[in-house]
Amino acid sequence: MTDPAATARDRGSKERLVTLRPTAPIVPPVNVSGRALMVVIAIMSFLCAVTLGAVTMVQEKAEAWQGDVSREITIQIKPEEGLDMDQALIAVRDIVLGSPGAVAARIVDRASTARLLEPWLGEGFDMDELPVPRLVIVTIDENNPPDFGAMRQALAEAVPAAALDDHRAWADRLISMARITVLIGVGILSLMLATTMLTVIFATRGAMAGNRHIVEVLHFVGAETGFIASQFQRRFLLIGLKGAGVGGGVAAVVFLLLAAWQNHTMATALNDQATALFGRFSLSSAGYFGIVAIIALIAAMTTLTTRLTVIRTIREIDRQRADPSLAEIG
Amino acid sequence: MLGEQPLPARWPDGQLNLTLTMPGECEAGEQTARRMMHIRPRDRNRSLIHFENVGLRYGMGPEVLRDLTFDIPKRSFQFLTGPSGAGKTTLMRLLFMSLKPTRGLIRMFDRDISMIPGEELPLLRRRIGIVFQDFRLLDHMTTYENVALPLRVRGKEEASYRSDVIELLKWVGLGERINVLPPVLSGGEKQRVAIARALIDQPEILLADEPTGNVDPPMAQRLLNLFIELNRLGTAVIIATHDLTLMDRVNARRMILSEGRLDIYD
Repeated sequence: MTDPAATARDRGSKERLVTLRPTAPIVPPVNVSGRALMVVIAIMSFLCAVTLGAVTMVQEKAEAWQGDVSREITIQIKPEEGLDMDQALIAVRDIVLGSPGAVAARIVDRASTARLLEPWLGEGFDMDELPVPRLVIVTIDENNPPDFGAMRQALAEAVPAAALDDHRAWADRLISMARITVLIGVGILSLMLATTMLTVIFATRGAMAGNRHIVEVLHFVGAETGFIASQFQRRFLLIGLKGAGVGGGVAAVVFLLLAAWQNHTMATALNDQATALFGRFSLSSAGYFGIVAIIALIAAMTTLTTRLTVIRTIREIDRQRADPSLAEIG
Repeated sequence: MLGEQPLPARWPDGQLNLTLTMPGECEAGEQTARRMMHIRPRDRNRSLIHFENVGLRYGMGPEVLRDLTFDIPKRSFQFLTGPSGAGKTTLMRLLFMSLKPTRGLIRMFDRDISMIPGEELPLLRRRIGIVFQDFRLLDHMTTYENVALPLRVRGKEEASYRSDVIELLKWVGLGERINVLPPVLSGGEKQRVAIARALIDQPEILLADEPTGNVDPPMAQRLLNLFIELNRLGTAVIIATHDLTLMDRVNARRMILSEGRLDIYD
């Protein structure tokens, strides 16, 4: 009889003599097609994130415009024969301030009015020689706006030359424009996402084609479909996360750098021009959250495509089994 | 060396006692093989595979295999032979359930394979070891990892099979090639890795398609000795080959495919 403990010791010592490398994953680490897939995912994620950021910025800008406009109304007093403009301005201001919902009223002084007209009349013109209308800008409580009808009536009774402009027509057009802009942006983003998904799907299937032999071997050594799919899913989830993370991350950094540049170069001609054209580049937390959502969506899509491709490959193998004309002749 | 060890003697209780002595290579192989092969006496004479009037055609073409009727008994040893293009690989694929017959009945392990749902096939294939003609080793995995693959896909922990895989590799003469990747292995070494992979989970049937097609005559003899050893340990062996010299070395059943028909010489 042999001593079991001694046998176990002997066996253990022999095993220790064999040094094995850390077990390789069943699906090989990233190869050329995997790297290509990662680059494709990174580029498409970047483009998606930039589009999303741009749409978010447009939407926020439009909302800001809308808010600015709806917070203010303007009362214009046209010069008339025998009208004391300064008294009329004060009367209008007092009437307005007496209305509930009006927070503040500011008379646009002569100097400011002159600056407003400068583009048309040039510098140094004499305001007294021209019938220049004057303005009172009223800030209103957005949550509790004044009764514009009553205010109009009160103004008409006290200062007939005063005309109230609540910017409604302008605001309505701006809101429509903002909505259309956001809709166009969402359309572009949807197309971008659809393109990204299709690109990711085809690139993933391309990368998976190079792994068909692994699927076959695993299938033939008795691996179940779920096991094979999980092995590939894990690998391609990593590829998707890395690619989308890099693409989305670079887009986020680009927005941060542009915002920092705008802050750093404030009041310069280039900055003013860029701000006039594109607005502020700063992205809100919703924008960054959207970028994270895009990264998650693309990674999930890569994983799902991988799973479906594995299942389809195994079905093809089994279809060949059911229809021998699809298999090679032995 | 492989093929130079004494043959195993049968234990009185029906199990098998492998007394392989592989100096410098595998002193522990005996215990491994003993653990692997537990053959109960009552199972010995039953048929593992049953073909009845099996025919197979590709698409609308003529039948490649016609009216095949045969049994593969437990612990049997047979050669499947015939001229090139006779349908040996096709028949091996039928045996491995990677093809369905156009007509006829195939029973594997007492189950009609036409009634087995696709998701159950992997579980049934686990009872069959297959050595592909082209080996089908995974190039990014070492010899050890390739052999351990069937156990890994069954969800076994590495600690539970590590010593068995190492001992089996020593037993097939690859004790010094455990950490080597397939691209640097010779044809014969790859063949033995493929055989070890087919055997690691104690299959009831071993299918080997042209296992000596890529090796020189001495290596072919050594591989044949290995199959004989396996058969003595209880595995039914089916070797597809057209190597007459190889078949002449063993007095085994011959299944000869010719023009789609099968003749069996016991």
